[in-house]
Amino acid sequence: MTLDEISILSVYSAMVVYAIAFIAFAIDLAKRGAAVTASDVPARAEAKVAVGATAGGRPSARGGAAAAKAGGEASDGAVSYGRSPALRVGVAMTVLAWALHLAATVLRGFAAGRVPWANMYEFALTGTLIITTVFLVVLLVSKHDLRFLGTFVTGLVLVLLGVATINFYVSPIPLPPALQSVWLVIHVFVASASVGFFALGFALSVVQLLQARRESLAASAKAAKLTFLATLPSAATLENLAYRVNIIGFILWTFTLMAGAIWAEKAWGRYWGWDTKEVWTFIIWVVYAGYIHARATRGWRGSRSAWLSIIGFSTVLFNFTVVNLFFKGLHAYSGL
Amino acid sequence: MTSRSDPGAPSRPADHIDSTEQVGGEASVTQPKLGFVGWMRFGWRQLTSMRTALLLLLLLAIAAVPGSLVPQRSSDPNGVTQYFTDNPTLAPILDGFQMFDVYTSAWFSAVYLLLFVSLIGCVIPRTKHHLEALRARPPRTPARLSRLAGYTERPLMASDLETRAPSSLAPRSAEEAIDAAAVQLRKAGYRVERYELRGEASVSAERGYLRETGNLVFHTALLGVLVAVGFGGGFGFSGQRVIVEGQTFVNTLASFDSFNPGRFFNDTSLQPYRLSLESLDAVYETKNADALGQPIDFTAHVTVAGQGAEAQDARVKVNEPLYTHGTDVYLLGNGYAPTITVTNADGDVVFTDSVPFLPQDANLTSIGVVKVPDGMPEQLGMVGFFYPTQTQLTSGAYTSSYPDLILPVLTLNVYEGDLGIDGGTPTSVYTLDPSGMEQLTGGDTGVDSIELKPGESAELPNGLGTVTFEHADPDAGEGDYAQSVPRFASFDIHHDPTQIWVLVFAALILGGLLVSLFVPRRRMWVKAAKRPDGTVVLEYAGLARGEDPGLEDAVTAFADAHAGPKPSSVE
Repeated sequence: MTLDEISILSVYSAMVVYAIAFIAFAIDLAKRGAAVTASDVPARAEAKVAVGATAGGRPSARGGAAAAKAGGEASDGAVSYGRSPALRVGVAMTVLAWALHLAATVLRGFAAGRVPWANMYEFALTGTLIITTVFLVVLLVSKHDLRFLGTFVTGLVLVLLGVATINFYVSPIPLPPALQSVWLVIHVFVASASVGFFALGFALSVVQLLQARRESLAASAKAAKLTFLATLPSAATLENLAYRVNIIGFILWTFTLMAGAIWAEKAWGRYWGWDTKEVWTFIIWVVYAGYIHARATRGWRGSRSAWLSIIGFSTVLFNFTVVNLFFKGLHAYSGL
Repeated sequence: MTSRSDPGAPSRPADHIDSTEQVGGEASVTQPKLGFVGWMRFGWRQLTSMRTALLLLLLLAIAAVPGSLVPQRSSDPNGVTQYFTDNPTLAPILDGFQMFDVYTSAWFSAVYLLLFVSLIGCVIPRTKHHLEALRARPPRTPARLSRLAGYTERPLMASDLETRAPSSLAPRSAEEAIDAAAVQLRKAGYRVERYELRGEASVSAERGYLRETGNLVFHTALLGVLVAVGFGGGFGFSGQRVIVEGQTFVNTLASFDSFNPGRFFNDTSLQPYRLSLESLDAVYETKNADALGQPIDFTAHVTVAGQGAEAQDARVKVNEPLYTHGTDVYLLGNGYAPTITVTNADGDVVFTDSVPFLPQDANLTSIGVVKVPDGMPEQLGMVGFFYPTQTQLTSGAYTSSYPDLILPVLTLNVYEGDLGIDGGTPTSVYTLDPSGMEQLTGGDTGVDSIELKPGESAELPNGLGTVTFEHADPDAGEGDYAQSVPRFASFDIHHDPTQIWVLVFAALILGGLLVSLFVPRRRMWVKAAKRPDGTVVLEYAGLARGEDPGLEDAVTAFADAHAGPKPSSVE
């Protein structure tokens, strides 16, 4: 067996474990819903109180932080929710899958004799590894319990890995001269790291929108679907978290853009030439710059800025898939 | 501008989340009539508002999209030509909207120029305000700290910071406690001011002025990049030149194959140094079956000589340009330049040169043109195909199956007539216009194309003379073609004096961004508050100026450091 074959085997194993983790996280969400329904009456009352705390004015950073404090250390959700066995299984399986995923990526690098992010398959492999890594690190350092994002993270990683192994796979080949640069290591790695943060920001913004909707329904004493949301942090808290994750992504993306320009100057003789990939890198940067400004603009904080975070990550995915595969340009390194 | 009760706060547009909300909306809206100045002021305020900046940003993102959907003249001129051929009705309409020059178009420029005007209108008053804030003292301590973020209290007792043992707690005066707080806050990077209000001693402290500084640096550096990019195009130049192994290029205007000067470029600034291509080494993958023939390395070995100076060895690689004599030399392409000699019927040499053939595919199937204007009864033209490793397809056509010289073959179709070069109109050396010429070999002529290996000669049709494909390494053994055909390198030679400024501003953008997003701007107060029962309690509270998720922890941490942990947690 060659190193690359072992790497692929490891990828498939990781995908199986990710799938188990995904199912466990999904079961956990279902259990959250059941827990909320069981404590329905007190939950509603509590929800109203929690909303009242932030709904007076625009939900602000301070309001969100205060709500976070009031809701206890783990979560400021309206319904308190402990550690379900499914959730623990989900996290444990994610860690196991991450280890297999890491082994697969490292082996791929050894098989190719270089960094494992020089074509689309490898970029997907490393990018998804970073998404999982960012998720696990955030679980470790965050004051809030964000394990509920596991369904999204493992689901996304599973889908991307599936697409990558089936549609993007190329056997390891040496680097063409244009890619033989230290900037390949820096530029592409930082780009994928930033995608990891944007992915998490996207997930938080989606949950924030759902939560904001539930909160407004609860405030008018209407029954809301997706009852599991009652166990998750408030929309204001989710927005603050999404913002913090996204600004890290934004800084990394700014660096990606600059490192790319420096590399382009070395390789192509100009630092900026509106190549299709450069155009989309610029568009992504501007959309996230817009997101950061939206959060500081009266009338745009809250759900509107969340939509920009969602649009931002959509452009990231578009840049990775459609632009790579169907647009003509100098970044023709998909290997397909 | 918005009236503000707090002069220490960063100056922001009226609709910024941190600026004070005005009841009843903008003052100018409630005024019944606006004069010209009033309208100008209203318009300016609209342009410099956060909402406008945000909309312009989103507009900029949308405006950039078409340039990735339609080929651009700047990055893909051949694609534009092809687009016009493929879409003869749509292309002129799109061209009318400057869709092939999106990034220099009037509408794209309008969006980013408005954005930058809006930015200037925002940055200037903020800079002025920030400079004042840097000299201002922290504001008075609020009357009731208990309503502020992270509020906590500690009993007024001496604390032993080394041990924090309850036994060492002893009474101390309110003044001493506030003095100690001021010292500690100053050490922690706060600017502090003592206040004495209604007999209560307090210290007011503020830190994180760097946050606003970073923000202003970030936005100003964006302007810097725009200006540097704008001027860089004006003073620099870029030129292209193809050099065959053994040939020399002199850095003068006439020596370039193509040359694009900036608006303010002056050709006397060109230093006439000599660049000779000694050899071009190309390495292709030979072992990995999945990547056979994939390029592994291109290295151009050159010598560079300034005026009256010794020639020095240097090399140019794909990711390693050569910086010399104020120019940057990039290796952007390479290929083969077969040496072809033509003699006429009398045996006189009428043409001999290494002709660069342009690669058409990854295995370097290449096309080139030979033009013989003089020495023949009529002008002679030849269109050649060069295959470094010739293979025959099932259709009978030739192709190249490997980019290196394993079995090099040159085929030539000969044309006789008017080359169309006498009229003075410039024509490409890489194309032949056959309209005024008669084809003598290949195609429908019934005469086979001339087919040559290195070192071989053939008779031209109609007894016109001979054509020879010279072997560049005549001493090589039979069947060894490794060095049989010279290679050429395609160099781009650039000069961009403002490039370094773009880099400097880019670094400032990144630095400013980091500082403005991660340095918290916060205020903190410590007050020795008198309770109605006569006891004195130390109160601590903070206020975030902008995003500051760590504020409450910071207040608690400071209170713990100043007066020990909360009594309940000590016991």
